[in-house]
Amino acid sequence: MSILAYNGAAMIAMAGDGCVGIASDTRLGVQAQTVATTFQKVHKISDTIFVGLAGLGSDVQTLSQTLKFRKNLYELREEREMKPKVFSALLSTLLYEKRFGPYFCEPIVAGLQEGKPFLSGMDLIGAPVFTDDFVVSGTCTANLFGTCESLFKPNFQPDELFETLSQCLLASVDRDALSGWGGVVHIITEDGVRTRELKGRQD
Amino acid sequence: MANFLGTAPTIGSSLLDSHLTPRPSFTSCTDPSKFLVPNVTDPAFYCRTNFASASGDKDKEQVVKFAKGTTTLAFKFNEGIIVSVDSRSTMGAYIASQTVKKIIEINPFLLGTMAGGAADCSFWERNLGMQCRLYELRNKKRISVASASKLLANTMNSYRGYGLSMGTMVTGWDETGPQLYYVDNDATRLHDNLFSVGSGSTYAYGVLDTYYRPDLTIDEAIDLGKRAIYHATHRDAYSGGINNLYHVKETGWEKIHAIDVNELHYEFADEKNEMVA
Repeated sequence: MSILAYNGAAMIAMAGDGCVGIASDTRLGVQAQTVATTFQKVHKISDTIFVGLAGLGSDVQTLSQTLKFRKNLYELREEREMKPKVFSALLSTLLYEKRFGPYFCEPIVAGLQEGKPFLSGMDLIGAPVFTDDFVVSGTCTANLFGTCESLFKPNFQPDELFETLSQCLLASVDRDALSGWGGVVHIITEDGVRTRELKGRQD
Repeated sequence: MANFLGTAPTIGSSLLDSHLTPRPSFTSCTDPSKFLVPNVTDPAFYCRTNFASASGDKDKEQVVKFAKGTTTLAFKFNEGIIVSVDSRSTMGAYIASQTVKKIIEINPFLLGTMAGGAADCSFWERNLGMQCRLYELRNKKRISVASASKLLANTMNSYRGYGLSMGTMVTGWDETGPQLYYVDNDATRLHDNLFSVGSGSTYAYGVLDTYYRPDLTIDEAIDLGKRAIYHATHRDAYSGGINNLYHVKETGWEKIHAIDVNELHYEFADEKNEMVA
């Protein structure tokens, strides 16, 4: 079994009209055994950048700390805020630096750049993909692609985006043994971030 | 699921239709030892290395993998037997179904539970039902649970090493009272008061061993049965869905309930809050 599927995860980032959203489940298990049901996998980097880290739990936490550190260092040196596109490139090179001993994480990035959505996803050694609709990652990407392809429409308003992300995530994790047990959704707009917790099935 | 059935080599029903050996397909049903096997020097080795359905990831080398992942339990108490199971079927991490009936009604006095390979369990327990009916017709009396479980164990013994996957409990009420047996694919056959089988069995045992008493009332026993299954479904990724629960009595078995385990989560959470308050 792949170490990427050791702890289990499911996450989606999706674009709307002048907004982006990112949603993930909250389970942390050790293969079949569910150890925690409130594990944080989506991390706030700044008011306009969120990163979702799906993969090995320990690397999720290490990467999150490293990324926040690197982003702070960048802002002190450059005396300006980091843009999502720059953050995505930083993350990509950070992952490739460990080409022969990688972090076991497949990240997704959701951000707002000049009021427009920015989305990217990458594999564990930093090969990026940029999309303008949605990206998914985790142990049930087939399920997530299925629900997102069905329910996504361009130019969602923030409340529609929240509803779509929630339904896509919950429907997907109900067909995956390794993810679920609750979820969390962040909706990022120019006015601020709205975070809501989802009540998911507990089995 | 359809993919491997369509392209990969299959065992069971498709082999019955084999045109290589003209043989009435009914034979393999009436006589379990008449199943057609691959034409190789060591058919048992060939079967277990190519399409055995071992539990966990022991089937990773095999071409054909099967649906499995379960929690089932049964216990004897003064008022009969409680049989309680979940309803999830998985293929790897994918949840193939949340509505599987894992308690098989062999006849009005006999129940069997399913854990392991879905096809192996349903086929051989259906086959057991047929053997039990033939016994009734031949002997003009119902078969004992001991005999029924031994018929199944004998079948398992005749296919030992072929890679069958089955962990079952055979329960019922016969002339000697309530009886509970465990039978698995190694042909292990055990008689005891309490069993739990499947990937979530350790969690179920935890609850069961803590609260079990032989003098449980019927309502207490039903509550224990569903509580043990709920805790197993919560912690075990490969168990979940619906809790089906049966009570075996002198007059035969009775289906008590089928409850979504997610409802039980909030029922038990409320109970915990009341205890604190």
